Amino acid sequence: MLSEDKKRAAYRALQDRILNGEGRASPEQRARAFGNDELSQPLAGLVGKVATRPTQVTDADFAAARAAGFSEDQLFELVICAAVGQSARLYDAGLAALADVVGEEER
Amino acid sequence: MRLEILNSGYRPGTKLLFALIQLFSRQPVPDAAKLVFYRPDFYGSRAKEFTHEAMRGPSAWSVADRELMAAYVSTVNESAFCVAAHSATARQASQDGPKVAAVLADLETAPVGDGLRATLRMLGRLTKEGKVDADDMRQVLSAGVTRQQVADALAVSAAFNTTGRLADAFGFAVLSPEGFEAGARYLLKRGYR
Repeated sequence: MLSEDKKRAAYRALQDRILNGEGRASPEQRARAFGNDELSQPLAGLVGKVATRPTQVTDADFAAARAAGFSEDQLFELVICAAVGQSARLYDAGLAALADVVGEEER
Repeated sequence: MRLEILNSGYRPGTKLLFALIQLFSRQPVPDAAKLVFYRPDFYGSRAKEFTHEAMRGPSAWSVADRELMAAYVSTVNESAFCVAAHSATARQASQDGPKVAAVLADLETAPVGDGLRATLRMLGRLTKEGKVDADDMRQVLSAGVTRQQVADALAVSAAFNTTGRLADAFGFAVLSPEGFEAGARYLLKRGYR
């Protein structure tokens, strides 16, 4: 196994802060945005686009979320959680595939 | 940007800093730079630390190679702001504009080494399909890339999968070519911190 490198540790520090530190959106909402999971509309639409097709985000996605009562600061946090969450999944998928090869070599 | 707080919600000291940057660079402050100054304790401070570590921290990959990875991942994501910003930075770092253009146009025929090509191919698959497997990694390692280099490339990919999403979601303004060149000079001189 590769040891947890300094770069992955720095990304984990970012993840931990946005999920568990002080925020205007609740920790539950931030966790759901991070996971792109179990959100209701209109937030699910915005978060889903940020995670999987960010070039398709429009002004209307933000307008719908504001109309549903989300503040700008909450949307700032939730969009960041969605972006970091998807990137963390990709990062971990890459490191896991690498660990599989390294594990085979060591057996 | 799509959130008004990211256009005008900064503290007075930060607004003054933006005015000074604009005065001395004679270019607008890029939205990527603005974002990390909004409530930096939430995102900006740690994002800068991570991105600097990935892009400028110790690695067997050169700065030019890592900027090319950033541009390549951004191209797969079709993130216009990040493609322009990091292809400009990769061109300046490598002093080889034709090579950067060739990689972004057609990786398989571009004049780069087998190790970098295999690494970019793996990052492209991960970014596009959301997954890679042990076979993908074996191909990279058999092209002469070390395990640590693979991990380092995955960090670059994480940085630009994050930043590209934020650029497109928040709606970063695409700069003029001069604006992107000025930004690239800054990133090569000062890094991401």
